Parts: sequence; structure tokens; C-alpha cells
Amino acid sequence: MSVRSAATLLQTIPSSRRRIALPLRRLRPGLVSWLQVAPLALILLVLFALPTLLFLVVSFFDYDRTGIYPAFMLDNCRELLTTPTTLRVYLSSLKFAAIVRAITLFLGFDISYFLVFHIRSATLRAVLFLLCAIPFWTSGIIRTIAWIPFLGRNGAFNQLLMGLHITTKPLEFLLFSDFAVIITYVHLFTLLMIGPIANSLSKIDPALMEAARDSGASRWQTMVNVVIPLSKTGIALGSILVFTQVMGDYFVVKQMSGGQSASIVSALSTEIQAMQYPPAAANAMILVIFVAILVAGMMRVVDVRKELVK
Amino acid sequence: MSGRATKGDKRPWTFYALAGLFGLFLLFLYGPMVVIYVLSFQGPDGGVTFPMVGTSVGWFRNILEPGQMANIPVSFSRSLELALLVSGITVVISVAAGLGFRRRFPGSGVLFYLAIASLVMPSLLVGFGIGLGFQFLGLQTNLFTSALGAQLTWTLPFGLLVMFAVVDRFNRSWEEAANDLGASAWQRLVHVTLPILLPGILGVAVGAFTLSYDEYARTTLTIGTKNTLPLEIYALISSSSSPTLFAIGTVTTAVSFLLIGATLLVIFRMQRRRNPIRSV
Repeated sequence: MSVRSAATLLQTIPSSRRRIALPLRRLRPGLVSWLQVAPLALILLVLFALPTLLFLVVSFFDYDRTGIYPAFMLDNCRELLTTPTTLRVYLSSLKFAAIVRAITLFLGFDISYFLVFHIRSATLRAVLFLLCAIPFWTSGIIRTIAWIPFLGRNGAFNQLLMGLHITTKPLEFLLFSDFAVIITYVHLFTLLMIGPIANSLSKIDPALMEAARDSGASRWQTMVNVVIPLSKTGIALGSILVFTQVMGDYFVVKQMSGGQSASIVSALSTEIQAMQYPPAAANAMILVIFVAILVAGMMRVVDVRKELVK
Repeated sequence: MSGRATKGDKRPWTFYALAGLFGLFLLFLYGPMVVIYVLSFQGPDGGVTFPMVGTSVGWFRNILEPGQMANIPVSFSRSLELALLVSGITVVISVAAGLGFRRRFPGSGVLFYLAIASLVMPSLLVGFGIGLGFQFLGLQTNLFTSALGAQLTWTLPFGLLVMFAVVDRFNRSWEEAANDLGASAWQRLVHVTLPILLPGILGVAVGAFTLSYDEYARTTLTIGTKNTLPLEIYALISSSSSPTLFAIGTVTTAVSFLLIGATLLVIFRMQRRRNPIRSV
């Protein structure tokens, strides 16, 4: 829509109506912004910030079988931090998060690059993007269990391998293993990489890449010195999303590891079901601090806010 | 790598390598899904894995009958109502906030990071906090209070991020033109800004709808006594395994496809009407 057609559009508004609201136009711009973001701020404060503060407080409370009592004791935290399982579970989650982040970053970057710079028709690009996005709109639970008949002992993948005479026996490690957990995460979360990275890439002026080429840069040099630095925001945002999704998961690990791996949140959810709120809250607090440090570290690399909000 | 390719350029080898990778990725993305679509037509004596023992639509019929473990039709309509409500609220609030964020205002940094924190917070913890809050206040958790709130802490930051991308491509000179022609702030919003942003706004609506419709980690501790569809599915998984689950998956995907298809059609027609010459 051009400025001209906007102007024509405005002329269709009767001039009598045009004048009515004129005195209102002089609201202070800062105030207008404040009014516009106020509902968001209110909801986030009441439903996110306050509840978070609440469980931070509860983590210091005392409890027994019948209820919880206000107190200030560090036992919940101390107990958690001195149990060897805590460290083991955190390391295991971190391992999953790091591996999944590496794989989704590789896939997400290459696919975004392909879609943004190699696909010539805008319509085809939109269609291919959608093909990537549609599975994301199906329930994560169903996408997780979809792997079970695929990877199982008599599953589609084993049948295919044996049908092609690549293997003679069904592979056992495919399902209910770390392998299955990682595959499922990659399946669930690659789109979280593709979205932000493609958004960053599509803002790159192609003239910059031509300039690099004209100055004698090789493909690889253009990639390393032009494209990757300019897509840092997308990479950081995508990494944050993937990392935190993996750290906060409890369903995939439970379903796909066959009980061999634990996740941070599954321990927490057991405690909540047993109504042991203070230790659950302590667990939650440590996870929040851990995630906050990780995210802050990734945010340091790039000013996500400056890049997103001009 | 020659910038955005134009017609007639010779394709570099990287094009073929990346195209191959993309094809494999699509296979990876859809392969397991296709398996469950096929298995949802499993015969009455068949199980959750291959081989197929005949074919039937019995598992689809199963969805419609309230079972012992799960009542799919009722939870489905609950999920639908909640998702519509969440989607509506998310659109209004995140569009307003997206417009508000175009200026720097005192506290804009804090609010931005609050939204990011709300997005990356492990989902179960959000539900845990809200559930605790309700307990302290002596309130009963309920679908349309605590669960609605818990889902908004997830859909609103998402809507906001989408709005950033949408607003970023918005040319402010259109608004200035409206000002110069004497439009009031309200007329400018209704006749210029919102119509131009409409495709992005539809994206927020559909995105928020599906995020809510599929949500379980934030909802599970805030839902009270009446489950939504994902929670019923969750209960089904832990109790039994039958191809009914796959039938639900097939139906959900079909509904998603219809919804996305309809939205695309609307966006496509909108753009065609606006830009009759340049449209493809």
C-alpha cells in the first residue's frame, strides 16, 4: 500500500468526523505508550512476577505432612544442593540442552539460509516456511509419542533398514534411550531456531553480500565475516528458546528415555504431587537462578532488545 | 552465495547441498507423523505398532465416546473455548503493546525483559507459582481464571515478539501521511495502522490459539478439576496405549491444517486486493 492510496483512503472519511478527536491528539507520546503497554505489564506482573516471587519465598518455608508453615530456613536448599542426584540431573539436562542446541542451530541456520537467500519466489518461500511450521501446530505430546511406533523394535525405521538389507537385526538403541530423547527434542524445537534466525537473515541487505564478493571475499569468508555476525540476534534468541525448552521439559525425557534419564522438572513435579511445596519451591528457585544465569550469558553476546525494538 | 538469487543466475553447489538438507529435514519432520496417521486407521485387533491388522475407522469413533479414562469430546470443547478466549485477549493486548513499544518509554527495558523471562521460564514453574498463589488466597483453581492466566504468560510474550517483527516492517510515513491529512489518532489507528498490520495480527491470533490449544505444562497445575484436551491425552498416555491416541493426533493435525489454510487464504486475498499488480 503506497502513501498515495493511504491518502485516498483517508479522503473517504467524512471531514466532519475528522475534526472531532483533534484535541485528543496532543496526549504526551510517552503516556500513550504507557497506556498501550499497561495491560501487558499488569498481566505479567500479576501472573508471572508475583507467583515467581511467591515460590521464591515458599522455598524457605517449613513443612510437614499436613501443611506448610512460614519460616526462614535454608534446609530445603541445603538438602537439594548437597544431594548428589541434583548435580547428576543438572548435568544430564545440560548435556541434552547443549547437544540439541548444536543440532538445531546447524539445521536452523542452514534451512533459514536456504529459504531466505536461495529460494527465488516469495510464494514458494512462504509455502516452504509453512511446511516447516505446520508440525509445530500439532500437540507436542502427540509429536513425542509419534516417535514410538517409528523407532520401536518393530517400528517403521527398523523395518525399513531390514527391508533394504542394511541391518539384519532390529536396532535396539533407537527407542527409550538418550538417542530417542535427542531426536524428539530436535523434532520439537528446530522451528524455534528457524523463526528467529530467518527473521535476522531476511533483514540483511543482499547488497552487503555482493559488496563482500566484489571485494574478493570467498563464500566462506562472506559467511563468517558478514552473514553470521549479522544474524547473531536470531542465533542468540533461538538458542535461548531451545535451551530453556529443554531445561524445562519433563514429558519427553519421561516418555522417551525409558526411565534411564531424569529431568530437573520431573523431580519437581513428583514433589508437587506429594504436596511437598517448600522443597519443590527450592528446586524451582535453583532452576530459575540457573536458567537466568544461562540466558543472561547468552544475552550478553548481543543486545537482543536493541535489535528487536528499534 | 551471491546475495538473494535472481532469475537466470547459475545455482552454486551450496544450493543443491542445502536443498538436499532441507528435503531430509522435511522427511524427518513428517516421517513419524505419517506413521501415526497411518496407524490411526489400524484394524480393531491391531495395536500401537506395525503391522497393520486390517483397517478401520473404529479408533476415530472411539474419540467421540466418553471413555473411562478420558472424556475427549467434552475436554475438546473446553480446550476450544479457552483457546479462543486466549487468542482474543492475546491479540488485543500484544497488538497494543507492540505499538506502544515503538517508542522508548520509562520502564520499557524492564517490561521487555519481563516478557522474555516469562517466555523462557520453565512452564511447569509458572503453573506452580500461580497454583500456590491461588492456594494462599483461598481461591479454587479454574479453567477460566488460573489456567487462562497461566496460558497468557506464554502467549503474550510470543504475540509481542511476533508484533516486533511485524511492526519492524511497518513504514511510519503512512501514519505521518494520515496525520498530515488531518486524521485523528483513532482514525489513523482504525483506517491506516491496523489494516496494514492485519496479516501479522492474524498470525498472532492463529499462533496464540494453537499455543493455548496444545499447552499442558503451564495448565496442569492451574486447571482445577476439569481437564483440557492435552491433559486428557496426557492421562490417556499414562493409562493405556491404543491407536485412539493416534486418531486424536490425526484429527488435531487435520484441524490445524484447515485453520492454517483458511488463515492463509484470507491473508492472500487481503494482499491481492491491496496490491493487484505486484501480487503473484
